Amino acid sequence: MVARLKAPGFYRAGLGAVLGVGFATLITWAIRATAGHVSYHHYLSGDAILTISLVSAPIFFLAGLGAFDYWLYWAAGRPTRPEDHSNHGAYSWKDYFKVNTDHKVIGIQYVVTSFFFLFVGGLLAMLMRVELAQPGAQFVDANTYNGLVSVHASLLIFFFVIPVFAGLANFVLPLMIGAPDMAFPRLNALSFWLLPLGGLIMLGSFAAPGGAFANGWTAYAPLSEVSPIGQNFFSLGVQFAGFSSIFTALNFLVTIITMRAPGMSFFRLPLLVWANFSTSLLVVIATPFVAASQVFILLDRALGFNFFNAAKDGDVVMYQHIFWFYSHPAVYIMILPGFGIISEIVAVKARKPIFGYRMMAFSLLAIVGLGFTVWAHHMFASGMAAWIRIPMAITTVIIAVPTGIKIFSWLATLYRGVLHVDTPMLFALGFVAMFTLGGISGIMLAMVPFDLHVTMTYFVVAHLHYVLFGGSLMTIFAGVYYWFPKMTGRMYDERLGKLHFWTTFIFFNLTFGPMHILGLQGEPRRVATYAAQFADLNLFISIAAWALGLSTLIFLYNVVTSWRGGPRAVANPWRALTLEWQVSSPPPVFNFDAVPTVVGSPYEYGVPGAKHGILTPPVPAEVSTTPAGMAVSRE
Amino acid sequence: MQRRALLITIVLSVLAIAAGIVLSYVIDWFPVAASTQAHETDTLYHVLVIASVPIFVLVVAMILYCVWQFRMRPGEEEKDGPPIHGHTGLEVLWTAVPAALVIGLVSYSFVVLHNNETRPKGPEIVVQVYARQFQWSFKYPRSVTGGAPAATTRLYLPEGEQVLFKIHSADVIHGFWVPAFRVQIDAVPGITTSLRVTPDRVGTYPLVCTVLCGAGHSLMRTNATVMKPAAFQAWATSHAGVSQPGALTDTGLGSEAPSAAGAGPGAGEAGEGSG
Repeated sequence: MVARLKAPGFYRAGLGAVLGVGFATLITWAIRATAGHVSYHHYLSGDAILTISLVSAPIFFLAGLGAFDYWLYWAAGRPTRPEDHSNHGAYSWKDYFKVNTDHKVIGIQYVVTSFFFLFVGGLLAMLMRVELAQPGAQFVDANTYNGLVSVHASLLIFFFVIPVFAGLANFVLPLMIGAPDMAFPRLNALSFWLLPLGGLIMLGSFAAPGGAFANGWTAYAPLSEVSPIGQNFFSLGVQFAGFSSIFTALNFLVTIITMRAPGMSFFRLPLLVWANFSTSLLVVIATPFVAASQVFILLDRALGFNFFNAAKDGDVVMYQHIFWFYSHPAVYIMILPGFGIISEIVAVKARKPIFGYRMMAFSLLAIVGLGFTVWAHHMFASGMAAWIRIPMAITTVIIAVPTGIKIFSWLATLYRGVLHVDTPMLFALGFVAMFTLGGISGIMLAMVPFDLHVTMTYFVVAHLHYVLFGGSLMTIFAGVYYWFPKMTGRMYDERLGKLHFWTTFIFFNLTFGPMHILGLQGEPRRVATYAAQFADLNLFISIAAWALGLSTLIFLYNVVTSWRGGPRAVANPWRALTLEWQVSSPPPVFNFDAVPTVVGSPYEYGVPGAKHGILTPPVPAEVSTTPAGMAVSRE
Repeated sequence: MQRRALLITIVLSVLAIAAGIVLSYVIDWFPVAASTQAHETDTLYHVLVIASVPIFVLVVAMILYCVWQFRMRPGEEEKDGPPIHGHTGLEVLWTAVPAALVIGLVSYSFVVLHNNETRPKGPEIVVQVYARQFQWSFKYPRSVTGGAPAATTRLYLPEGEQVLFKIHSADVIHGFWVPAFRVQIDAVPGITTSLRVTPDRVGTYPLVCTVLCGAGHSLMRTNATVMKPAAFQAWATSHAGVSQPGALTDTGLGSEAPSAAGAGPGAGEAGEGSG
C-alpha cells in the first residue's frame, strides 16, 4: 500500500487531492488566525476552503498522478529518470489512464475526454429543451435552468470544441510534419490532464451550495459577483481549460516551427497544420484575457476588490471588454482548426489539389489578425461609447472576405474532381452549407441597427449554433471519421456513418432554424419560460432537439463497435498524400522509422508521379538509382 | 451532357433565388412594427435577406452540382481530378465582390443607424427607466404630467412623439427591449444609458428584459402602451404625483446591494474580510 502511495498513479493522486483540501484548510486557518478576531468571527470558512481547494486539490492530484515528477526531480537537483520511452504507446485501455507522453495516446485521451463532455453537455441541452417544451415551469426551477444553460455552454466551449480540435491535431499534426512527437511531450501530457479536472470542476458546480453557476458562460458582472459559490467553479474551471489551451498552443507553435521534416517548408505544410498554427497564435495571445477576467471576478467576490462594482467606482462594462477580447478570438479558435480539417478532406475526397493553397493559408492569418479587432460587436447594446460600434461593425464584416475566400476555394476544389461522397465528405459538404448560413447571420448581426433588435435573443442562439454546431461540430465529426482508421487501426461502418450524417443534418436544421424566427419575434435568450405566443415553435424545437440528441447515439454505437471489432484499416485507405497516411494504421510508436523527406506539395492529386514525402532513408545521391533518390539529390 | 446539367443547375438556382426572396416577404418575421425606427430596421433586414439568398443558393447549388456531375462513378476508384491549383482572376473576383458587398451593406446600415438615433426637430419627452431584479419602473417628469412626477410599473407613451429613455439599473445588468420598437439597450449599474424611440402605432406591446439577470429574468416583463397624444396627456395629468406600488424612483445604488435572485450568501465575505 505504501509503495502504491509513493509511486505515481491514481492512489497517490487521490492522496494528493486529500492533501490539497488539507492545504486549503490550513492556509485559510493560518491567514484568518494571523488577521485575528478583529476581522474574522470564524477561523474557518467553508466557502474559502472550497474555493482554495478548487485550485489546490487538482494541482496536488496532478502531482500525485506524476505530471510534475520529472520537473520536480530536476528542480530539486535529484537524478532525473532519463526518458526511456517505456511509456510511449498504449497497449491496453489502462494505458490511457496514465500520464503518457506519446502524442498519439494524448490525442486519443483528448478526443475521448472531450466527447465525454460533448455527451454530458448535449444531455444538459436536452434537459433544457424539456423545460422549454411548454411555457411555465416544467420540471426545474429557474435557477436550476440557468445553471443548465451555463454549464451546457461552458462545457461545450471550453471542454469540447476547443480541446477536441487540440486532440485531433495532437494525433495527426506531428505525423503530418514528419516529426516523431511534439516538441514538449511532458507539457503535452500536463495539457491533457488539466482538462478532465477542469471539466469535472464545472460539472461539480451542480453539487455546490446554491446550485451551479447560473450566469451564462459569459458570467457578466455584477450578477456573477453576487451569485452563490457555484460561480467560483466557473471562474476556476476556466483557468484549467485556459492553461491547457495555452500549453498545447505553445507546444504546437514550437513543434511546427522547429520539428518539420527536411523539405517541409511552410508552403508545403498541409492546411491542417497552417490552421493549427493560426489557432495557436490566437490561443497564446487571447487566452490570458479570459483568465484575467475570471481572476478579477474572483478577487471581487472573495476579497472585495471592486473591479466591477459600480457602487465602489468599479466599471461594469469593462468586464465585457476584457471577456470578449478573448471570447471573440475564441470563436476563431473554435473554427480555424475545423477549416483545416475540411481542407484536408475536400482535397483528398475530390481527388484534386486544394484550390488557391496560398490564399487558403493567408486567409487564415488574415482571420487571426482581424479576429482581434472585432470584440465589441458583442456589446452594441452594452452602453459602451457609441462610436466604437462603427469601426467594430466594419472590421466584423471584413472578416467575411477571408472566410468567403475559403468557402469559394473549397467549392472550386470540388469542381471537376472525382468526388468520393462518403461520411467524412458528407460532413464536410454539410459543413460548407451550414457554415455559410451561420456566416450570413453573422454578417446580419454586424449591422448595428439590426443587431440592436436581435442581440441577446434566440436569433443569436440560432446564429451561434449554426456556427458552432453546423460549423465546428460538423468539422469535428468529419475529422473523427476521416482519421478514425489512422487513430484506431479499424474502419468505421460507412452505412451508419451516413445515417448519422443525415439525421444530424436534418434535425440540426429543424432545431436551430426556427430559433431565428423566435428571436426576431421577440423571445430573449437564456429564459426559463416564455410568453405563450412562442409555445408552438418551442415545442417543435424541443422535439427536434431530442431527435438531434438521440442521433448522436448512432455515432457512439458506430465508434464503439468499430473500434472494438471493425475491419482492420490499411495504412492509406483514402489514397491521401499527407505523411500521416504513409505509415501504418495505427502508426508505429515512434511514427517514422527514418526521418521522412518532403519533396512536394501535400495536395498534388492528379499530377502523375507526384510525391509529397519520401519515407525510406535517402540513398546517397551519387549511388542513387531510384526516382526517389534522384529527387533527393536534386533538392 | 455537362453543359445541359449546368444549364439545369443555373435555371434551378435562379428559381431558388426568386423563391427565397419571395419567401422572405411571405414569412412573417417580425412582430408588429410600432415605431419609426422599426420600419427602417425591417427594411434593412429585408435588404440583408435579399443580398444573402443568392450567396447561399450559389454555395448550395455549387455543392449539389458537383456532387451530381463529378461524383465518383464505378470504375473511377483510382482516378484523380485534373491538377488545377488555382486561378488568380477568380480569386481576385471572390475577394473583391464580397468585400464590396459587405462594405456596401454596412454603409447602408450606418445610414439606418444614423436615421434611427438622430434627434429630429420638435419636442421630446424624457422618461426615466429604472430596472431592478426583476421589475421595470418608469418615471415621468413634471413637464409631462403637468404636476408632480409620476412613477409607474407599466410604460405609457404618446403616439407620434419623440421619446428619450434614460435607463438606470439598481443592481445588475438588464436589457431594455420592446420588440415592437426594434431597439435594445442595456440598463447598466453605475451609468445611465439612453435610447430614442418615436412610437407610431397605438397598441400594447410586450417589454422584456434581455440580459440574464438572475432567477426571475424570464419573468421580468411588462407592457408598453402607445396611446393617442390626447389620451396620453389625459393619462399623464391624472397620474401626476402618483407612485404605483413597487415602482422605483431612483437607482438606490450603493444603499441596496444586489442579490443573486434571493439565493445564496450575497457578495461573499467582502464586507467581513475587508475590516
